[in-house]
Amino acid sequence: MKYIIKKILMMILTLVVVSFCVFLAFSLIPGDPATRKLGTEATPELIMQYREKMGLNDPLLVRYFRWLISFIKGDMGTSYSYSVPVSSMLMNKLPITLTLGIMSFVMMIVISIPLGIYTAKHENGYIDKVIVVINQIIMAVPPFFSGILLTFLFGMIFKLFTPGGFVSYTQDMGAFLKYLILPAISIALPKAAMSTKLLRGSVIAEAEKDYTRTAYSRGNSTTEVLYRHVLKNAMIPVITFMGMALADMIAGSIVIEQVFSIPGISRILLTSISNRDYPVVEAIIMGIAILVIVTNLLVDIIYRIIDPRIETME
Amino acid sequence: MKKFFDNIFRYKSNKKINGYMVAGSIITGLIILMVIVGLFYMPYDPTKMDSSCKLQGISLKHIMGTDNMGRDVFSRVMYGSRVTLLIAIGTVTMGVVIGSIIGAFTGYYGGMLDEVLMRIIDALFAFPSILLALVFVSLFGTGTYQVIISLGIAFVPSFARIVRSEVLRCRNMDYIESARLQGVPDLRIIFVHIIPNTKDTMIPSILIGFNNAVLAEAGLSYLGIGSQPPYASLGKMLSDAQSYMFTTPSYVLSIGMTIVLMILGFAFLGEGLGKDKRG
Amino acid sequence: MMKKIYGGRKSLSLILVLLSTLTITLSGCSSKKAEDSVTQDSNVESTSAESTDASQDEAGIEETDDLSKITVGIPQDLDSMDPHTANGAGTKEILFNIYEGLVKPDENGNLVPAVASEYTISEDGTVYSFTLRDGIKFHDGNPVTVEDIKYSIERNAGTDGSEPLVSAFSNISSVNIIDDSHIDIVLDQANTEFLAYLDIAIIPASNSDTEGNPIGTGPYKFVSRSPQENLILTRFDDYWGDAAYIKDVTIKIEANADAVVMDLEGGSIDMYARLTSTQVSQLSDTFEVYEGTMNLVQALFLNNAVKPFDDVRVRQALCYAIDPQTIMDFVSDGKGTEIGSNVFPAFTKYFMPELTDTYNQDIDKAKELLSEAGYPDGFEFTITVASNYTQHVDTAQVISEQLKEIGVTANIQEVEWNSWLSDVYTDRNYESTVVGVDASTLTGYALFSRFASDAHNNFTNYNNSDYDAAFANAVATADDDEKTKYYKECETILAEDAANVYIQDLPEFVALNKKYTGYVFYPLYVQDLSKIRPAE
Repeated sequence: MKYIIKKILMMILTLVVVSFCVFLAFSLIPGDPATRKLGTEATPELIMQYREKMGLNDPLLVRYFRWLISFIKGDMGTSYSYSVPVSSMLMNKLPITLTLGIMSFVMMIVISIPLGIYTAKHENGYIDKVIVVINQIIMAVPPFFSGILLTFLFGMIFKLFTPGGFVSYTQDMGAFLKYLILPAISIALPKAAMSTKLLRGSVIAEAEKDYTRTAYSRGNSTTEVLYRHVLKNAMIPVITFMGMALADMIAGSIVIEQVFSIPGISRILLTSISNRDYPVVEAIIMGIAILVIVTNLLVDIIYRIIDPRIETME
Repeated sequence: MKKFFDNIFRYKSNKKINGYMVAGSIITGLIILMVIVGLFYMPYDPTKMDSSCKLQGISLKHIMGTDNMGRDVFSRVMYGSRVTLLIAIGTVTMGVVIGSIIGAFTGYYGGMLDEVLMRIIDALFAFPSILLALVFVSLFGTGTYQVIISLGIAFVPSFARIVRSEVLRCRNMDYIESARLQGVPDLRIIFVHIIPNTKDTMIPSILIGFNNAVLAEAGLSYLGIGSQPPYASLGKMLSDAQSYMFTTPSYVLSIGMTIVLMILGFAFLGEGLGKDKRG
Repeated sequence: MMKKIYGGRKSLSLILVLLSTLTITLSGCSSKKAEDSVTQDSNVESTSAESTDASQDEAGIEETDDLSKITVGIPQDLDSMDPHTANGAGTKEILFNIYEGLVKPDENGNLVPAVASEYTISEDGTVYSFTLRDGIKFHDGNPVTVEDIKYSIERNAGTDGSEPLVSAFSNISSVNIIDDSHIDIVLDQANTEFLAYLDIAIIPASNSDTEGNPIGTGPYKFVSRSPQENLILTRFDDYWGDAAYIKDVTIKIEANADAVVMDLEGGSIDMYARLTSTQVSQLSDTFEVYEGTMNLVQALFLNNAVKPFDDVRVRQALCYAIDPQTIMDFVSDGKGTEIGSNVFPAFTKYFMPELTDTYNQDIDKAKELLSEAGYPDGFEFTITVASNYTQHVDTAQVISEQLKEIGVTANIQEVEWNSWLSDVYTDRNYESTVVGVDASTLTGYALFSRFASDAHNNFTNYNNSDYDAAFANAVATADDDEKTKYYKECETILAEDAANVYIQDLPEFVALNKKYTGYVFYPLYVQDLSKIRPAE
């Protein structure tokens, strides 16, 4: 319990550091919401007037604490470029990116766990060798490139997919999910390959350990040994990887949302960075940071459940 | 069923050639050869434009065709591989050097320094490397060196963590204890006695780091924030080439294949090294 | 604690049981099984994909039945829905469909009455009198009143003490309501070009949320907007003029320029303006491609205040070394119109085609000028270019290649648009840039004011007393012929003094699905959607 409280305190500290870094970065980048808003019609006077109006002339720390206090109160501020509350803007986009993330995560698990176990069982078999090589190749393809190839293949040659035909979940849930299949595959493939490889390696390593032999010599059946003993330990590194993969998938969606023209959180993030719309950027980065940190915490807790020895090791 | 366990328990008498090692060496060797030859000779000037032969397919004259400005794609790939390798090496070197220093000190001394630095590392780790690089690129501007710095910083946390945990592992070992008792200075202990011991963990991480750097750079280029034209990296060229997918597939495919091969080479080398150790 | 862990174990074994059921099919360990499961997977995928196809077919049938909707792709999201604070050319060209001013431009570049039904300009050019169009309504059904006009003008003039949003409006001395349908705008100084600025949108004085609930008088009214996704418009049935043909318009943001061709071919958008020639060459014959010009001045703009560009010989040497035709060959398959000064051809009144021959490519002459200026071995400089404009980046690459011939090294620095605005445009902290400059209105003032040495937007730091004098004369005179003469003098000075390396007016390609027809080009940045109609 004490451990978890300590972890949560650390987590809050980390978030404060993250949010301050973003603020700092934004005060260093050339350009601000005023230059963006005024564009080529800007006069120095107009820029000053806008900055004053938006409170951009205050010192960095003043602006930071103003933001922090309202953020703690649950107010994420108003987008400079869209003049709407950040929360309502993100609420509409969140389901899109989240669905994409969950779809790819599920795909990764569904592909990699059976494949990992299968290839481990048949180590050095014909199929194993083929899969291992395919895995390596998949890991070597930049995700946006596979996205382009998939769009080209399914959209232009097989005509099974309408490129750019994104339908919002509010209009048609079915069409929405269908559109996300290819993007989810593009994100999931390299992660699934990596996770298959890890699981395979880890099952093989566990199977060579003494306790497995002991379990086998006690007359346990193959399946029993595999699922009760080997897999449990073999899953530890894989779970760590999957935890990290979840965060990576959100990041991966930055590129994939661009390739497939999906108007999700990542696209808002990209344009908000170039618009210097930092209330939006702060909110999104905080969201991602919370997600990553909570996932890490969960992975930690799952570890402890799988293997209580970890606690004593620290 | 029996076969399964036979497979698992069979003691691997690896007298065979290490296929990964061979394949990895050949592929990486070819890429490096291409880069080295490119330093002295290229079939065409990679920036020389020719409006009379835009977007040509593969031919004897241009073995990878030409791009939208009539430039020879193969010469550009030779040049671009150099840029990409430079970025990958620069990024990983920066990540390893800074990461090792931070990891070693925090691991060795612990205490406040450890707490503070690890919180910052955690914070950096909390957002994915491409996002981090994105913020840094907005900060430093675009360009080959800026990309190296941005990705390098983004790579620091993972190396710092690896080294820190290795240092933690070694710190209390007997030989370190005795060195300390003999009055060997801390710095010497860290850099002469501990760091070299982390190489088994570090070498595979470095090879993976290379691949991640190449992939991350390609991703950044796709988002429009990579190295500068006309001296483009492979990632930048690939993202430029995709608009011509319909008319000149050879353009985009030849660049894509080069990237895939480059990463595959490193990956196979990593696999091969792992196999060697196990076998 | 123990218990908890135990419970955890239980749930873990549950997970493992689930996993094992998942994998049980595979433990049969025959290779065939694995292949089966793989093919099964792809079956699932293809069936779902087939049904997408089916629904798409349905949609296709629906569309041929009912052409009253169209999806138009645009390269970037609108920067504002408020017509007075919006500044991107790409934003204004869409807002043109929602808002109207007292007058508005037609496709020939003439100003025609819109919210006003007629106007008179006093002889001395200081009083502009307007008659409100009878029965004209806002999108919310309320009639337009003279108070709304006064409000809209004063909102831009900064009457409340703030900075004017339209700098020309600082010249307004008062806006006087005469009666319910007449209003006068009185200027401090005579300005015969002032009418062109009165195309600023008339919006209701009562609307407090122009950004979230835009209300105008144009042929289309606002329905909804989703950031980075789309903007939905519908026909305004009470429009005073010719109603639009197509009822529902979806403006879709195509953030990924490389996907535009696929999106057009795949059917997710019906129209896209601003295609490149390469994109056009990839389109199938389902699309009609309209060819026009972008109506902007593309040039290698030089910061005249930094070395070596403060030396006219260096600037001229660059002009002699750079060949616009070659640039056009590379960037747009030879399309585009060469220009020699800061005027694009659609501006027939001022455009002087002969200026394009001021500097024809002459490498020897360029080298000679460089040696005279003290750079016999050339020099090195940086071209800063906004990365979101492919044509400008490509142009910079060709320029860099051409300058090698005279020993000058041009490095290219791609920056984000916002960094460009801040560093290049506002802070003037750059050496040179390739960009396209358009004219906000069809006036000589809009074209030439930015080169006056004291202009706030003189981002090239151009400083030439002859130019300043000619420009001041042009602004001061009320006589149109006189004005034209002085503006042409400005134009000539910019060319001869090699203020910048003027290149071209970029070609514009608009793809429109053949199901529709009627696209018209304007001499300004405008996409008039109301003229698009279903083809027979």
